Amino acid sequence: MKVTYNKVAADKLIHEIGATPEMLVQILNAFVEKFSYISKEAIRHIAHELNLSRADVHGVVSYYHDHRTEPPGKSLIKICQAESCQAMGSISLTTYAQDLLGIQLNETSADGEITLEPVYCLGNCACSPAIMIDKRIYGRVNSERFDTLIASIQKKN
Amino acid sequence: MANSINVFVPRETSAVSLGANEIGDRILSLAVNNKTDITLIRNGSWGMCWLEPLIEVEVNGERIAYGPICIEDVADLFKADFLKGGDHKLKLGKVSDIPYLKNQDRWTFKRCGLIDPVSIHDYCSNGGFDGFTVATKMSTAKIIEEIKKSGLRGRGGAGFPTGIKWQTVANASGDQKYIACNADEGDSGTFSDRMLMEGDPFCLIEGMMIAGLAVGANRGYIYLRSEYPLTREIFSEALNSAKDAGWLGKNIQGTGFEFEIDLHIGAGSYVCGEETAMLESLEGKAGIIRYRPPLPAIEGLFGKPTVVNNVITLASVPDILIKGGDNYATFGIDRSRGTLAFQLAGNIKRGGLVEKAFGITLRELIEDFGGGTATGRDIRAVQIGGPLGAYFPENLLDTPLDYEAFAELEGIIGHGGVVVFDDSVDMAAQARFAMEFCAIESCGKCTPCRIGSVRGIEVIDRIVANKNRDENLKLLEELCDTMVDGSLCAMGGMTPFPVRSAIKHFPEDFIHPPGAKN
Repeated sequence: MKVTYNKVAADKLIHEIGATPEMLVQILNAFVEKFSYISKEAIRHIAHELNLSRADVHGVVSYYHDHRTEPPGKSLIKICQAESCQAMGSISLTTYAQDLLGIQLNETSADGEITLEPVYCLGNCACSPAIMIDKRIYGRVNSERFDTLIASIQKKN
Repeated sequence: MANSINVFVPRETSAVSLGANEIGDRILSLAVNNKTDITLIRNGSWGMCWLEPLIEVEVNGERIAYGPICIEDVADLFKADFLKGGDHKLKLGKVSDIPYLKNQDRWTFKRCGLIDPVSIHDYCSNGGFDGFTVATKMSTAKIIEEIKKSGLRGRGGAGFPTGIKWQTVANASGDQKYIACNADEGDSGTFSDRMLMEGDPFCLIEGMMIAGLAVGANRGYIYLRSEYPLTREIFSEALNSAKDAGWLGKNIQGTGFEFEIDLHIGAGSYVCGEETAMLESLEGKAGIIRYRPPLPAIEGLFGKPTVVNNVITLASVPDILIKGGDNYATFGIDRSRGTLAFQLAGNIKRGGLVEKAFGITLRELIEDFGGGTATGRDIRAVQIGGPLGAYFPENLLDTPLDYEAFAELEGIIGHGGVVVFDDSVDMAAQARFAMEFCAIESCGKCTPCRIGSVRGIEVIDRIVANKNRDENLKLLEELCDTMVDGSLCAMGGMTPFPVRSAIKHFPEDFIHPPGAKN
């Protein structure tokens, strides 16, 4: 369950994982999982708990693709752009998705429902093209299957 | 339950990505309706991805397969009495008789698909931990000797002899040593680490324990990419069961050996698959690569001697100790000994995992196992070894899969991924993508990689647009040289492989691009 960043939950998370510098990447991953993104407040908090400078934490946050600093849409859709999926039409699937949702890659729909992002390999390469919706991977996705998946998201949201 | 029927539905990313969870649920609910007692076992995948979701029913001690199943087929399967092995258009017969599987040399993947991956009982009843038991009775020198004899080389891509790496760590002095398993399987077209960790996770744990025994390490780390959420779930369960059953921790099974494993998750960086970047990330830092020397074997994780091995390398170890290094070395050719879990991907009719001895040709893999392209069109290009691997044209398909044979052709086997493209592929676009991917994923440490990749995109765009083509082709060549010579790791150093191979083997795509003005 995603929750809004709050100091108590964040503190608990940091100390469960371990408040040491070598756990920084793991802590940031957990923050994204729990709070959807890493806010400036969260960076300050983590830096304090791990006895690091804010610049140290920011340097790590800005390096990794997963460590988003803005909240994503309610559903996060990633379409694989890597070679295996390209060989099976991921580029036209991406164009189809962009047209259908009215957004480009790395954008969120105006109603805040869907964020569309590229991903480079989901390891489902024998069932290309592959996409990921939140934490679940789907294989052999053509435009019809994409429509069905979007419809089920819209129903859920 | 004596009369309960065992039904196997894989809990594995590919099968689940095609609806295996829903199929399992539907089978359970229809069995209740039919008042039939079944036991649903969530096994790993046999690697025949084109048949996924592939389900099996145990009838008279034999496992009868059906596939590929979609949710709408389930009711029909019940009508066909599939729980008794009834005939149905999707019936495949005994799983072990399917030629795709039957014709493989399953060594590392021998249990994958067979067992319930999170059941220690299943693992132990199928030879699990026997390798570790053998190792505990051997001297560390003897363990390393067996690995050297096997000829095992690093399966992550670099192909460095595993025995020599272990020897270096064993000889290094240090109060603390580590085993760091690289499961940051970022190459497009590869999924063998994932399949092993989802289908036979204890095998990796056992391989790491043996490595620990051999070099004198009592701590292990696994660095798993974040794009594999189901792998994380399954592997974490396995890790907990191993701890609970006393196969990890202090004084393992009364042997006096202590070993702990921590699972770390990556955060979407491709370069973290490079060993020194991975170590940085394990230390909680940005995944920026380190200079070598010092080698990680001497100064690795937290500055301590560290074995960095890929999942498949480590998972191949238990059986090497059980059956002997000589036995493993009977597979393969020349300096490429043993088996490799090849992964057939992209535009291919029968995509999946094929574990075969080195020496098989690309054509045998793609045509005999893979059945050609999925679209039915001609094969035009094959990229082997991930995004840093060369593109081979059709006339090179008779090349045997052998590290040195590939190196001679300026290609790599890498982690064994084989991505097939049909004749609709635009190779200038693929070359451009190689540069683009490098620009996105470069850690930024080396200028030729960080900036060269961006310039590479621009130069390819100018070539395709017919702007000073000859000079720009020359410039691209020089740029590739600079990247190869001036980058510390394979990201910048090998991005030129796909680019150059595309120009070399498919010059027509650069010279007469569709719609270009001359």
